[in-house]
Amino acid sequence: MSARMRGLVLAAALVFLYLPMLLLIIYSFNESRLVTVWSGWSVKWYGELLRDQQMIGAIWMSLRIAFLAATAALVLGVLAGVALTRVGAFRGKALLGTMITAPLVIPEVITGLSLLLLFVALGQLIGWPAQRGMLTIWIAHVTFCTAYVTLIVAGRLSEFDHSIEEAAMDLGATPLRTFFQVTLPVISPALIAAWLLAFTLSLDDLVIASFVTGPGASTLPIVVFSSVRLGVSPKINALATILIVVVMAGVLTSLWLMRRYRRRQQLI
Amino acid sequence: MVRGWARWLIIGVPLLWLFCFFLLPFLIVFKISFAEALIAVPPYSALFEMVDGVPRLKFDFYNYQFLFGDRLYAFAYLNSLKIAFVATLLCLLIGYPLAWAIAHAAPQNRGLWLTLIVLPSWTSFLIRVYAWIGILKSNGLINNLLLATGIIDAPLRLLRTDLAVYIGIVYTYLPFMVLPLYANIVKLDRSLVEAAQDLGAKPLTVLRSVIVPLTLTGIVTGCMLVFIPAVGEFIIPELLGGPDTLMIGKVLWQEFFNNRDWPIAASVAVLMMLLLIVPIAVFYRNQSRELEIGS
Repeated sequence: MSARMRGLVLAAALVFLYLPMLLLIIYSFNESRLVTVWSGWSVKWYGELLRDQQMIGAIWMSLRIAFLAATAALVLGVLAGVALTRVGAFRGKALLGTMITAPLVIPEVITGLSLLLLFVALGQLIGWPAQRGMLTIWIAHVTFCTAYVTLIVAGRLSEFDHSIEEAAMDLGATPLRTFFQVTLPVISPALIAAWLLAFTLSLDDLVIASFVTGPGASTLPIVVFSSVRLGVSPKINALATILIVVVMAGVLTSLWLMRRYRRRQQLI
Repeated sequence: MVRGWARWLIIGVPLLWLFCFFLLPFLIVFKISFAEALIAVPPYSALFEMVDGVPRLKFDFYNYQFLFGDRLYAFAYLNSLKIAFVATLLCLLIGYPLAWAIAHAAPQNRGLWLTLIVLPSWTSFLIRVYAWIGILKSNGLINNLLLATGIIDAPLRLLRTDLAVYIGIVYTYLPFMVLPLYANIVKLDRSLVEAAQDLGAKPLTVLRSVIVPLTLTGIVTGCMLVFIPAVGEFIIPELLGGPDTLMIGKVLWQEFFNNRDWPIAASVAVLMMLLLIVPIAVFYRNQSRELEIGS
């Protein structure tokens, strides 16, 4: 492929990927209620969005679930990542490996339905969970986020030089101390990336949350979906714009931080 | 090496969690697919039947008979496979040149290009599908442009068609195709391609007998990462597809949420898993081969 051809392919891909989002952003400043008819610049839909109590409540709930789910998934994912790469062979290793990758390829409708049926069966059998809501969404999100965290952590651990850990232990550090003082600092950029990925995955999930939610627990995607089903709305455009800007800013900042971190490590 | 209770904790906690909230739910879905739908709480017959005071599992094949008896379900399964297959092919045809272009860009720019391709996936999936409604609808961007330039007289029906579903899947799943392809292409030994060219192979021959075989694991991983979730996709056919765009994920959703028939929804899920066992097995074998080559 010639250099010009490559440039053309890359440019076309960027237009395809970014133009739809750019249009959402532009039309969020449209004054008209009819989304596709332009009638002048305005920020009134942002005001409407901020006054929408249901939407604000859903954003708050989604953020809380995402924070708690990403944190728990990070802990479970680090344990699973260590189990897959650092403790040698054990019974059930193949099973653990399979279960870890499964959420990547199993359709969400199946995961959602299966978790809901579990919660219902458990509720009947032992009376827990008594009702579905934030807790059941949290459990569901922890489960599928753990898969992604483990893949990132296990990948980082397997390419990481094991002899450094062995050196620390030969010098008398306990495995626990080695983990916290040697392993953890080295893999910390991967951990931050994994936590952020888990956070955004939880924030974004509509299908699984729809199955396992209960009365009164509407996450942001659930509210957005019920509105979007009825067609385009300028308020959703405003929300999309805020989301896109926050995510882009967040990802770019963390990339910049990671690049700086790596450069500093190279200097040492 | 970690020993003793710490080792058991490290292995046991994730294993137990995944057993409870991943494996066990699947077994329950399997069981409930053999239950009877009831108007009750919960809306299905009990998992166990008491026979002389001893609990016994009861299996009722009624749901499966119903699914096989109704043409609608067979059509939905076949249509999901067709749509997922075509969309995967489109992703591959668009993703391969793109991954190739990134892998052959200047080394210091490759990371940036990859980031730019993946970045949209970090924003909301729902929002990105929604963005296409405004573009495709009858008074949307494309129709307005075509009408204004006089190319067409009446708006085209773009939204609520299979075409819109294909666009939606390609738009949202493209990064899952590009990433594994890129990882393989960037490792491709360029001297092999040059050797084939020097020996007089035509471009198509080089592609078929050198490039494709050497990047096959990437092609398979990418295709499976698009195909498998696309078969069960719900959001895209619901928002962009028409009433006749039947897909199995949508059928499962409707059985569960609209018809409240949980046992039928469970048997739809079991059949979907059966349908996906072959692609999932291919995915896992391919993954382990990749790991072997990598190490």
